[in-house]
Amino acid sequence: MTPLRRPSAEPLWRDEFSVFSEDEGYVSRRQFAKFLVLASLGMFVGNLWILVRSWFTRQAAYPAATIARADEIPVGGVKVFLYPTPKDQCILVRTGAEEYVAYSQKCTHLSCAVFYSAQHGRLECPCHNGAFSVRDGSVLQGPPPRALPRVLLERRGGQLMAVGMQVQAEAQRG
Amino acid sequence: MAEAREPEQKKGLTAIDAAMALIVVLLLVQIWLLTTTLETFLAGYKETALPAAIVSGLLFGACIGLYLFIERIDLERRQG
Repeated sequence: MTPLRRPSAEPLWRDEFSVFSEDEGYVSRRQFAKFLVLASLGMFVGNLWILVRSWFTRQAAYPAATIARADEIPVGGVKVFLYPTPKDQCILVRTGAEEYVAYSQKCTHLSCAVFYSAQHGRLECPCHNGAFSVRDGSVLQGPPPRALPRVLLERRGGQLMAVGMQVQAEAQRG
Repeated sequence: MAEAREPEQKKGLTAIDAAMALIVVLLLVQIWLLTTTLETFLAGYKETALPAAIVSGLLFGACIGLYLFIERIDLERRQG
C-alpha cells in the first residue's frame, strides 16, 4: 500500500494548509505603486468634483429683509437672525446708540456659532478660542483663517434691514 | 551568469524606488492641492477650481507615466 502523504519534514498541518501569513501580507513594489496611482486618481476626481460643483453652484442672492426693529435691542445687546436663507444664522450687535453691525454666526474655522462677548467687546468662538473684532469682523486671535462675512445693514425708518453680504477675502488680522 | 545580472537588477530596483518616491511626492502635492482648493471653494471662491483641476490632472498623468515606467523596468529586468 502506497503512503498517501509524500515524505516531508514539515508537519502534516503545514503541508495541508500551505498558506504563509508573511507571504500573504507581502506587498510588492508594483502593487504599492498601483495603490499610489489609484490614490492620485482619487485626488484628481476630488478636484474634478469641486470644479463641477463650482460650475453648478448658483450665486447667492441677497434680498433685502427686515431683521429687527431699531429700538428692539439695547446697546450691547444682540439678536440672532437668519439671512440670506433660513439655513444661514447671523448675529446682529448693537454697539452704540446708533451703531449696529451684523455678521454671519459661522466661525470661519470650523463653523461653530460665534457669540458676542460684551466683556471683551468682540465676537468669540467657543470651540477653539477664536475671536473676531466686532468693529469689522477681522480675526483677533485663534485659528480662524478669514474674517467673518459681514451682513450689510440699512436703516429704513425704525426698521433694520439686511441688504447683502460682504465676504472678506483676506485673512486679515485685527 | 546570474552574478552578471545582479548589478543590472540592482540598477533597475534603484530606478523603481526613485520612480516610486517621485509618485509619493506628486501625490503629496495633489493632496495639498485638493485640500487648498476645497478650503477656498468652501470660503466662496470658485476661481481656483479650474486651474487646480488641470494641475491635478497633469500630476495624475505624471503618476501614470511613472507607473508605466516602473512596469517597463520591471518587465525588462525580469526578462533579463
